[in-house]
Amino acid sequence: MQAFRLVKVAGKSIIKNKMRTLLTMLGIIIGVGAVIVMVAIGEGAQSQIEQQIQNLGTNMVVVTPGAAQTSGASQGASSFSRLTPEDAQKIKNESIYSANVSPVYSSFRAQIVGGEGNWRATILGVTPEYQVIRNWDTTSGRFFDAREERTGAKVVVLGKTIVDQLYGDRDPVGERVIVNRVPMQVIGVLESKGQTADGNDQDDFIVLPYTTARNRILGRWSFMRQILINTYSAEDIPLAQEEVRAILRESHGLASWEADDFEVRNQEQLSEAAQGTTEVMTALLAAIASISLLVGGIGIMNIMLVSVTERTREIGIRMAIGARGSDVLTQFLIESIVMSILGGALGIALGVGGSTLLGSTMGWATAVNSETVVIAIAFSAAVGIFFGFYPAKKAAALNPIDALRFE
Amino acid sequence: MSETKEVIRVQQIRKTYEMGKTKVHALQGVDFNVQRGEMVAIMGASGSGKSTLMNIIGGLDYPTSGSYFLDDIEVNKLTKNQLADIRNQKIGFVFQGFNLLARTSALENTELPLLYDRSKRVKKHSEAARQSLERVGLGDRVDHFPNELSGGQQQRVAIARALVTNPSLVLADEPTGNLDSKTTVEVMALFQELNEEGVTILLVTHEDEVARYAKRIVELRDGKIIKDVPQTPDSAAKDLEELLLRRSEEQGAKEPETAQAD
Ligand SMILES: Nc1ncnc2c1ncn2[C@@H]1O[C@H](COP(=O)(O)OP(=O)(O)OP(=O)(O)O)[C@@H](O)[C@H]1O
Ligand SMILES: [Mg+2]
Repeated sequence: MQAFRLVKVAGKSIIKNKMRTLLTMLGIIIGVGAVIVMVAIGEGAQSQIEQQIQNLGTNMVVVTPGAAQTSGASQGASSFSRLTPEDAQKIKNESIYSANVSPVYSSFRAQIVGGEGNWRATILGVTPEYQVIRNWDTTSGRFFDAREERTGAKVVVLGKTIVDQLYGDRDPVGERVIVNRVPMQVIGVLESKGQTADGNDQDDFIVLPYTTARNRILGRWSFMRQILINTYSAEDIPLAQEEVRAILRESHGLASWEADDFEVRNQEQLSEAAQGTTEVMTALLAAIASISLLVGGIGIMNIMLVSVTERTREIGIRMAIGARGSDVLTQFLIESIVMSILGGALGIALGVGGSTLLGSTMGWATAVNSETVVIAIAFSAAVGIFFGFYPAKKAAALNPIDALRFE
Repeated sequence: MSETKEVIRVQQIRKTYEMGKTKVHALQGVDFNVQRGEMVAIMGASGSGKSTLMNIIGGLDYPTSGSYFLDDIEVNKLTKNQLADIRNQKIGFVFQGFNLLARTSALENTELPLLYDRSKRVKKHSEAARQSLERVGLGDRVDHFPNELSGGQQQRVAIARALVTNPSLVLADEPTGNLDSKTTVEVMALFQELNEEGVTILLVTHEDEVARYAKRIVELRDGKIIKDVPQTPDSAAKDLEELLLRRSEEQGAKEPETAQAD
């Protein structure tokens, strides 16, 4: 019944001791702020990765070489598996659910000379269907066609970054570039896809027919990193996955007791795999930050204990004029709860501000979610109750005569 | 109302403090009654048990044996929470060291007991506190903090606080112990005035100078009452007038405003 009045009393006491209040709250402010920033960074990374995977295209299925699990049957020398153009061709010919299929050859850091200088970029050797699967338009010129793929034409499509580096504002379509000492003709420029969460440039690519890439540039180092497939609709994805798996098992001549030597995954599975790691990271960051919250709670207890001693006389006075033990207990408990919630609120402000600042200055993706905020508030209230209870109990147990006599 | 005229009935009260093996018999069978409207001075040497008796009467402590009735309630049988409510509603305390809350205005200090009043008799707290402060002559100091007030004024705030719940009894343990002679007379004049309005007052003092304003003197020695006599009190208001007159004569016409000081 007295609760409201006691909140007022606690409020007054908090206002009257601004310095003490601030010091008490500092631990909570920093703790809550840290938790929010850490979780925001983790969640931000997670949502960026997810977005990145969604950005790849729609209704996509990705085949990568290598077994899903290394445990189980030993496969000896044959465990070194590869994907081949024949695999891609077989999928294309036999799969009903696959709309487009493209092998992806790639090589990092190829040397490109052209325009005003030279540059190193990643090479992607694909089929024209790659453009459809990735939904990647050209801003100038065109993508190569099936004939150029078949004949291994020496044509390239450049990413925005390479154009910026080698040609500035000039349109490079029709120009010659030399890729790993092989002269090529620029036939198009791809639209910009921007940067990923971890700062990877998505425009630092040159795209060319996989035949050209394999035969003329990559040579014996050529290695098919994946086969990209898209389906006609989302419902077709699992069907396509099963179908592709069967086709590849046949193509690789696997016996029934042998495990797959490739993986067929959809975007969801890809992002789940990526999320697994970021979730661990988020949890770790949050755990570290929670420790500071705990330390903040101990700080509250410390100051409340000191405050009980310091205010023994006040407690005595209150008791002499009729405060019950429970009134004193409630007052001190409310004080510590109000301080921790207030600290929590300031911590949230700090955390949200900090996350936003990190997001804008460092270019890190951060995402403050309301769930974290609610948990932070609840947690700081719990800290207030838990660490405030012992000092409050101590205050309530004081004998009024002794308390009044206390100097 | 079927209340007896007695506010306090103390019967064979004993209080023994145990300090390890030694026992201190602070009160050894005290009997005494106080009627409504009395003003009693409790005297006695240091260690004679005055504060111990006051603490028991004030519901701050339990007697070791004997019984104590306040307004016909047997206080020594009450629980701690009931005792707290008795202190709140029936007793007003005035201490030697004022015991006001620091950084808290006179008004808020005076309001404080109402905060813990579970009977909720008083609805408008600040109104009641203001009236109480006016009653002790501090109507113009309501927003002052204790450190902005003189000792006498602080003690008057403490008295206002004691009065705000309209208690049956005001208990004052050496209320003038920290005050100079002029302020002492002022505070005693205030007590006499309140007593005339019907407030029952019990005060502890060492000094005859203070005790002479009471209507009755009780003397303790070694935890027993050795003297309990009524007397015709001197008027503190009159003494104060004389005192001020004498002072202004001494200082000539230099400070004609002295009467309003403090
Ligand atoms: N909490 C306590 N524990 C032990 N002994 C105590 C306690 N309180 C009081 N006493 C003892 O009881 C006796 C009476 O003390 P009390 O405080 O009542 O005296 P008093 O008359 O108020 O003295 P003074 O004039 O100095 O205030 C003293 O001998 C004192 O030492
Ligand atoms: Mg004493």
